Amino acid sequence: MLAALRQRFNTWLFRPRVEHGAILLTQRRIFILPTRQGLALGFVLVLMLLGDINYNLSLGYVLTFLLAMVAVLSMLHAFRNLAHLEVRAGRAEPVFCGGTAHFILHFHNPGTLARHQLCLRHAGGTTTGFDVPAGEDREVALPLPATRRGWLQAGRLTLYTEFPLGLFHAWSYLHFDTRCLVYPRPLSDAPLPPGNSPDGAGKRTVAGDDDFSGLRNYVPGDALPRIAWKAYAREQGLQVKQFSTQLGEELWLDLADAPDADIENRLARMTRWVLDAEAQGLRYGLRLPDGELPANNGFAHRDACLGRIALFGVIETK
Amino acid sequence: MNRMSTYGLLLSILMVIAPHAEHLPPWVTALCASLLAWRGYLAWSGNPLPKRWLLLTITLACTGGIAIDFHTLFGREVGVTLLMLLATLKLMELRTARDAVALVYLACFIIITNFFYSQSIPTALYMLATLVVILTSWVHLHAPDIALGPRLRVASTLLLQAIPLTLILFVLFPRVQGPLWGLPQDAYASSGLSDTMSPGSLSKLSLSDAVAFRVTFDGPVPPREQMYWRGPVLWDFDGTTWTRGRNATLRAPTLADTGSPASYTVTLEPHNKHWLFALDMPDRLSIPSLLAPDFQSLSHKPVNARIRYRASSLLSYRANPDEPPQQIKRALALPRGLNPESRLLAKSWREQFPQDDAAIVRAALAHFNRGGYEYTLEPPLLGANSVDDFLFRTRQGFCEHYAGSFVFLMRAAGIPARVVTGYQGSEYNELGDYHILRQSDAHAWAEVWLGERGWVRHDPTAAIAPGRIQRGLSSAVADNAALPFMARNPPQWLLKLRMNWDTLANQWNQWVLGYDNERQFAFLTRLGMESVTWQKLAMNLAVGLGLAIALFALFMLRHLFTRRHDEVQAAWLKLCGRLAKAGLPRAPHEGPQDYAARIASARPDIAEDIADLAARYSGLRYGKSQDEQARHEFLQRATALKIRRGIIRAA
Repeated sequence: MLAALRQRFNTWLFRPRVEHGAILLTQRRIFILPTRQGLALGFVLVLMLLGDINYNLSLGYVLTFLLAMVAVLSMLHAFRNLAHLEVRAGRAEPVFCGGTAHFILHFHNPGTLARHQLCLRHAGGTTTGFDVPAGEDREVALPLPATRRGWLQAGRLTLYTEFPLGLFHAWSYLHFDTRCLVYPRPLSDAPLPPGNSPDGAGKRTVAGDDDFSGLRNYVPGDALPRIAWKAYAREQGLQVKQFSTQLGEELWLDLADAPDADIENRLARMTRWVLDAEAQGLRYGLRLPDGELPANNGFAHRDACLGRIALFGVIETK
Repeated sequence: MNRMSTYGLLLSILMVIAPHAEHLPPWVTALCASLLAWRGYLAWSGNPLPKRWLLLTITLACTGGIAIDFHTLFGREVGVTLLMLLATLKLMELRTARDAVALVYLACFIIITNFFYSQSIPTALYMLATLVVILTSWVHLHAPDIALGPRLRVASTLLLQAIPLTLILFVLFPRVQGPLWGLPQDAYASSGLSDTMSPGSLSKLSLSDAVAFRVTFDGPVPPREQMYWRGPVLWDFDGTTWTRGRNATLRAPTLADTGSPASYTVTLEPHNKHWLFALDMPDRLSIPSLLAPDFQSLSHKPVNARIRYRASSLLSYRANPDEPPQQIKRALALPRGLNPESRLLAKSWREQFPQDDAAIVRAALAHFNRGGYEYTLEPPLLGANSVDDFLFRTRQGFCEHYAGSFVFLMRAAGIPARVVTGYQGSEYNELGDYHILRQSDAHAWAEVWLGERGWVRHDPTAAIAPGRIQRGLSSAVADNAALPFMARNPPQWLLKLRMNWDTLANQWNQWVLGYDNERQFAFLTRLGMESVTWQKLAMNLAVGLGLAIALFALFMLRHLFTRRHDEVQAAWLKLCGRLAKAGLPRAPHEGPQDYAARIASARPDIAEDIADLAARYSGLRYGKSQDEQARHEFLQRATALKIRRGIIRAA
């Protein structure tokens, strides 16, 4: 009951909803509370006041009041440091899992006063500090660790400042609909699958299963269907048929070709394939159980493929 | 911690402890100075800070040293000394940001301890300067990237904005009369007269410029030679020192008067003793006090804060003509066996005038006047028979020598007499219309009891150096240089400057330092607040501060809303002005599009430019788009258009 009320209060106060476009930090959005240092100063001031009263120090009163008022004014300064700042979420470049995603935020200071010592913090713990000079724009990259493939949401960010004296913590929540695509981390060592181009205009020949290329002696573990029974019948001993594949211009990267047991590993292998195929300048297509991308080449294609791999099986939640 | 913020903290600590240098034990001052220098060197060279065990050893050693030096670890002086050491040692272990913040708070706290010793205007100004330094380094702790200039600006802005708010708080904050808890004995420094007098005690005091009290007269001001400000009355003599002793009766003294009383207001500086000062002879005081049997006004508790009281005095009087015999006996007591020559002299006078006490007094004063005595601030040392030594050998003395030996002679001649100490004369401040009494005006004189006439004041100093009484110390002492600056006769302009300064100091004392709950209530009543109560004060304080802070908030946030909206319009109007100069003024009713169309028909050569600008202008001013790029382009094009009389062409 109490928890529910608290939740509703927080919802009402902090508006934890996702926003897009530009946010103007109005007073409705800025919260302010004393920091631990602020409370400590309060304690020191009370001590000083007691001393003033006890020893009847008029100038002591003046000093105590001055410091107290400086503290109060530092609250206004902290508030002003955030007030009427404009924030827009920028693009976040896709990253590989295990890397660091950089969420770009654009800050615009329309006023005539510089904003000092602003800090942008993610719940995960990363904090970035920056200043925005008067009338200028600043682009701030908030680094976040990418730990899982798929969409990485920036989530609720806290923009705060304790300028100028660290006595008050003024903050505002920024919850943009910005997200960063995280590709699976590519396997380090995964040879490309053999070419399987239908037109057969290959350039290289690698072991495959399209054309018969000869026989070799049986090694335990060879697949039974590949044993050359006719040769056996001719009493040539157990031999195995060998096939070769001509690596075509169009390489199909098929999830089904990835030999790994675990789906994440298979996607990781496919990621490596895409990177290698692109690096080797091949034309490649992508085939996933939920559809395929026709063969193409270039960074846009590569990103499209990586995107498809990254989002394979990911249920979009927005 | 970066180096610059260390320097800032160093400077802050240096500034807060510097005023204490003179009253700390010398070894503590030296230690603090060398620690600060060492810290400065470490910051400059980038060497690591000393190890913790070393600091701990130093701290323990210092605490031990202080305990030995002061014989205690409690009390105000010890507390202040320990704070100084703590602050400098804390500077030596500046490791985390939290250490730095703690040091900043400590620095603020130490400023307060300085007020134990001085609360003057220069001290207040120094406090402001110190606060600027502290705030600047404080800002630096939280914004290490900001340059010194902007940091200084932030700090001074904060301080300047805080001053009006502080004023409101100062006036309205309910004052509690201290102390809240028992004060240590050394809470208040003692200065001024003491209740003993030995050769040298007053001449030492006369080397001080410090103000003892200030007086404002209600009516006519008595002549200077009448201004004897009565302090401790000394009865008992042990051969070298005069002391107050205990009065043998508790009977209130009686005054039979023949003139009209003088009334005045005294603002007395704290001296941490009981007595109050009033003109001879005090009649009534406005604050609760006791008038002792020897006409000494005594406060009920030591005067440890500046106080004001009104008093009235009778300048011509018959004081205690019926003095009880116990007191008469006290006034005749002399230590046995000492000063035989003086006793012989007194005896000879008594033999000369067996019945006439007044004649003996005259004889004694004449002896001082003609005996080749010299009035000096630096009298030679006296032996065990101090009065004999002075009267017959050294013949050089200050007022305490004359008053003491005069009373001795009177008593030896069988006339009841006593020594009175206090202040004599005054210095008039024209600007503030008040009189100043300084420690250098400290004086001692004598009173003899002449039966029917009661106690009569006689000042033997006046017999040797009448100028001392008529014009002050500087005219009586041969060697001016030994005197404090204020007691000499400076040039006129300096005198004036000094008086202005003293007036300011007096106002400061009355309104800032003396602002207690009594004065607060009186002031607020004068401002129109009826029947001042705590609740009302608190209410007013809350409302006043709230309003002031709201005003500040509005003032400060106004910068946020001042956008450069008008740049566009200004550029357009400027363009119109330039077109008007070229012979194509815009009619008041004409909108941008119409104006452009008219210009197009009159001057086809620039039609395109003007039409473009007009379209851009109306888009920016009336359209929805607030595109920075478009604005910028418009501004650029509008100013780039070059205009000559008759010919307008695009740049």
